[in-house]
Amino acid sequence: MTEQTLPHADRRKRQLPQINPVYFVLAALIVAIVVMNPAFAEPTGYMNFLKRAAPLAILAAGQLYVIVSGGFDLSVGSVITLVVVGSSILSNNDPNSTWWVIATMFAIGAGVGLINGLVVCYLKVPSLIATLGMMITLNGVAFMWSGGSPRGYLTDQFRFFGRVNISDLPLIRILPVALIVLIVLGFALYWLMHRTNLGRMIHAIGDNPRAANLAGVPVNRVRILAFIVSSLSAVAAGIMLGGFAGVSTDVGTGYELQAITAAVLGGAQLLGGRGSVPAAIAGALTLNAIFTLLNFLGLPQPIRQVVQGLILIAAVAVAMQRRKHTGR
Amino acid sequence: MTDLIATRPKLAFRFDRWAPALLLAIALLAYVVIALYTGQTQYLTVDNLISVLGRSIALGITAVGQTFAILVASIDLSVASLISAVSVLTSVIMNGNPAMVLPAIAAALALGLVVGLVNGLIITRLEVNPLIATLGMSLIIQGCLSAFVSNFAGSVPPEFQVFAYGGFGSLSYSLIFLALLAVAAWFVLRHTRFGSDIYAVGGNKDAARVAGIKTARVTIGAHILCSLCAAMAGLYLASRLRSGAPWIGSDGVYDLESIAVVVIGGTILAGGRGGIWGTMAGVIIFSLIDSIFNLAGVDAFAKQVLRGIIIVAAVAFYAVRSKRLVA
Repeated sequence: MTEQTLPHADRRKRQLPQINPVYFVLAALIVAIVVMNPAFAEPTGYMNFLKRAAPLAILAAGQLYVIVSGGFDLSVGSVITLVVVGSSILSNNDPNSTWWVIATMFAIGAGVGLINGLVVCYLKVPSLIATLGMMITLNGVAFMWSGGSPRGYLTDQFRFFGRVNISDLPLIRILPVALIVLIVLGFALYWLMHRTNLGRMIHAIGDNPRAANLAGVPVNRVRILAFIVSSLSAVAAGIMLGGFAGVSTDVGTGYELQAITAAVLGGAQLLGGRGSVPAAIAGALTLNAIFTLLNFLGLPQPIRQVVQGLILIAAVAVAMQRRKHTGR
Repeated sequence: MTDLIATRPKLAFRFDRWAPALLLAIALLAYVVIALYTGQTQYLTVDNLISVLGRSIALGITAVGQTFAILVASIDLSVASLISAVSVLTSVIMNGNPAMVLPAIAAALALGLVVGLVNGLIITRLEVNPLIATLGMSLIIQGCLSAFVSNFAGSVPPEFQVFAYGGFGSLSYSLIFLALLAVAAWFVLRHTRFGSDIYAVGGNKDAARVAGIKTARVTIGAHILCSLCAAMAGLYLASRLRSGAPWIGSDGVYDLESIAVVVIGGTILAGGRGGIWGTMAGVIIFSLIDSIFNLAGVDAFAKQVLRGIIIVAAVAFYAVRSKRLVA
């Protein structure tokens, strides 16, 4: 963004180590997991890992849009809850309802994102507060809708996306549908962010909204779109989580912070202007790999929390030092 | 309201100043109207109003500290887990023994001091975004805490329960404590060099540094005050529950609620503008909203929905006219 005009040779030298460190961390973690548990190198091992990580990866990629645009989206966890609770009620155990229920959920998601964006852009409420309010509200809505105790279950058709493995394939033997969804959505989000004008405008408004505005970027419209993308990704993550988590009113709890953590691990800069979709997805995989590793080490839940906190701080601190070092 | 301001720009500044009071008046009016409308006039006494306030003392104490953090353009998400940690720590140290009250209080404040110092150092020296730094700290504290305790731990002697339950008539000690704390905070912010440094650093860090203010120290100081306040809220909750519970902070959502209260009180998240009285108004508004819901008989889930909407609406109430770009 603030590209410096360095002498040619110097510039090339500096561009060499530009591979995002998250990939190295992820690779190291995977090696560590394989060393500790060779079964992980089998297709069932890593495919199940990818399947479990897929919802968070999609969520992180969506969250990245809002982070790069300079905001936060705390409402994604409650969107997940609403999707899981809402679809179990709407589908009413009828397998034929799957498609229109999913369509309805995406419509609700788009509406949530639209409201978030409108509140931030036109009521000028900081996104932290606006999406916090949305989170509280949607959690309340999920409670109201289900009457406090969600009943029913999701149909197998609905669970298809999160749960089913395509088996008997050559070479990799099994392929979770969740992974296909992750690849398709991940590529779509990558393309939208890094290959289109919308993506460039999102970067621009996150880096310097005033400059972007003067350069003719429709700041409000772009910001609203970023919130809508984030909410839609939360719906997708919710549908996949519905595949392997039960129906309850706290399915989504904590996912907003995990998504932000994943994006930050992927080198996204809070308050905007910098971030990469593949790196955010790698960040989500890294976070899951850390949890898996801690699990193999037999560490209890509290230690996982401590490690997550330490890693979060360390990741940002390292990124800041690097940024200072390269002068960008 | 808005058209008045559009024609007379001089009023705009004053509106900013009086917006929290205006919101408070609206909330009070709503409370009175609902009480009259539902015929529950027995709730319209001063005693009852005090008891309404009494329900949000922990939030109030935390919010006083959070005001410092937000004014200096930082934020503290670690208060909730710190509150849990302190409440457990004090009640374990006291363990029913009146002689251990003072050491326990000292330990609690020391813990607050250390957490605030570490938060401040991570934010200023490592230049980690405050949101991430304190979120990480929150996870670390909560993790350490749950590694040791998973249920009520220790017990608080009756001598210390006085803090939460004792008082002059209907005016409890804790409410007086909160009022004194607010006055002290007001004094620090208005009449000390540290206070004006906080506004300077929060308003424009680079300008403050150029003006010769040691910005890192100010930020660290604000975080120490914030964590000390959270520690005091933890002490209060230990005294109120008569024992320490490792979930008390996260159950009360003191991190996000204290931020919401501060912002409703007119302190802007970008830092440098706002004050302690706005925060106090925010705390009262929050407890009034709860009481209004109770009077009106709104069911628990609808209550939550309305709460979310009201938080956003209250912030929008003054943010909507600001010219700055927000994200």
